[in-house]
Amino acid sequence: MSAPGTPGAVGADRLTALVRAASRALRTGRPRTTWRDRLAPVALFAIIIGVWYFVSLVALDRDRRFLLPSPDSVVRVAFLDGHNLAQLLRALWLSTSVALIGLGVSIVLGMAVAIAMSQARWIERSVYPYAVILQTIPTLAMVPLIGFWFGYGLLSRVVVCVLIALFPVISSTLFGLQSVDQGMLDLFRLHRIPRWRRLVSLQLPAAMPATFAGFQVAAGLAVVGAVVGDFFFKQGSPGIGVLIDLYRARLLSQQLFGAVILASLLGVVVFTFFGWLSRLVTGRWYGAETP
Amino acid sequence: MRHHIWTYGNESSTAGSAKEVAEVAGDTGARETDEARAVNEDEAASGPAVPPPVLVTFTGVEKHYPDGTQALAPVDLAVRDGEFVSIVGASGCGKSTLLRLASGLTEATAGTVSPSTGRISYVFQDPTLLPWRSVRRNVETLAELTGVPRAEYRPRAAEIIDLVGLGGFARHRPRSLSGGMRMRVSLARSLVLSPDLFLLDEPFGALDEISRERLGGELLRLFELRRFGAALFVTHSVAEAVSLSTRVLVMSPRPGRVVAEFAVPFGYPRPAELRFREDFTRLTAAVSRRLRDGEAT
Repeated sequence: MSAPGTPGAVGADRLTALVRAASRALRTGRPRTTWRDRLAPVALFAIIIGVWYFVSLVALDRDRRFLLPSPDSVVRVAFLDGHNLAQLLRALWLSTSVALIGLGVSIVLGMAVAIAMSQARWIERSVYPYAVILQTIPTLAMVPLIGFWFGYGLLSRVVVCVLIALFPVISSTLFGLQSVDQGMLDLFRLHRIPRWRRLVSLQLPAAMPATFAGFQVAAGLAVVGAVVGDFFFKQGSPGIGVLIDLYRARLLSQQLFGAVILASLLGVVVFTFFGWLSRLVTGRWYGAETP
Repeated sequence: MRHHIWTYGNESSTAGSAKEVAEVAGDTGARETDEARAVNEDEAASGPAVPPPVLVTFTGVEKHYPDGTQALAPVDLAVRDGEFVSIVGASGCGKSTLLRLASGLTEATAGTVSPSTGRISYVFQDPTLLPWRSVRRNVETLAELTGVPRAEYRPRAAEIIDLVGLGGFARHRPRSLSGGMRMRVSLARSLVLSPDLFLLDEPFGALDEISRERLGGELLRLFELRRFGAALFVTHSVAEAVSLSTRVLVMSPRPGRVVAEFAVPFGYPRPAELRFREDFTRLTAAVSRRLRDGEAT
């Protein structure tokens, strides 16, 4: 990397620069927001919309335009038409409730499993392999089976959701619970502080940042699970998934795009919410004074 | 000849006598121990008629780790109430192992560590604070979780926070404090329990020279105020050891054993200027020399 003649000098220079940059970052916490930080996301968004328009209006023939309808036509047909919008929102509401119930179940169940595993090695050793299988199993292959077992209503949709969202809650909570400082654990052991107090006063709070990161990932996956389950069941009350299948069959590409956009937005909203919640809870640790 | 004995006005207790005391204690109990002690030292002449109780005793304690390394060669040691015993030695000589054994966090491979009779507190080099708790709540943590009634620990914590000079920072979180202040919180947290035996594992090791000296002074003051009964203090710094202690033990590199023991003749309370006195310098030089010799062999 450095010139063979003066490796030390070059290395030292680069090291100094690195150390300076690092200490600057540490001092200010985070680098200051520049005009570039503000402008770049807007520019990227503009480019994406521009490419979309280009493909839709220039690259595609008029009779193949349904493959990628222009952004404005999507907004016009899917969101500004009262009937279509009502249909989309009704479906969105159903999918949202499935996703939230599934996420809630995943969080409660996942944390319970992770806590149990953190308290005894034999529980961890016997349960963790199944948690991993849960993650690696192709959920789509399970969907028909779940239909057999639980019918085609809300219950099986929630089950699909939990199957997809559970693992990140388990793994990140377990990681958080096990990453407690060894000195702190020694101190608790020395003073013979009971196990449940150690869990409540030390392990759970210490695991919080990791746990919330897990919630955030699970939240995004719960939305995916809600839509995918819906898409494959095709029965019962129609959520976004059923609607997407319907629009696909009828070649209603504007509505199809509208449905996809709404589903993605739902994911983004839930994901962002948990990011905010995490900062709200753990951000106070870094503050100078308690309220 | 195992020990270099530094005589300094009074006849110093050596590791040899400590072993003798320990053996007697193992046989019949405290009274004979006290007599043996009274014969061996002239402490009884100036101190109370009944020597203070032994808080922890090591008898031929060895520690091997599963990978085969021997951390401690046979060590004999006794710490009595009212003593401040420092252990100096190179890194990795088993000083920390000695404290872990004294606390009961680790079991000895051979020999016995007497079950300590009193309350033990332990302070590590790292302050190990809970980042989500304020200074006050951190100081209260151990008392609260070991079941001390709130009405009891709350005023005591408040008093100790003032005592260690954190009065204005009770509501701050650890992240906003300097390294020295975090260590004060850690000390305060242990002192709320009014320990009989205070184990300190290089508590100031990560601090800069100025904070280090200042915190050493604070610890000395807390000892003089009888906030803890006795201390077993591990350090790299000979000056720190001498300025705080009643006894300084020098340990050899791995496998660690006590190669010399120095009785520190300075009484308490000790003035800050002690460090500049000639007899202080002479004693630290002697300890340092012994430390270097230990490393050479």
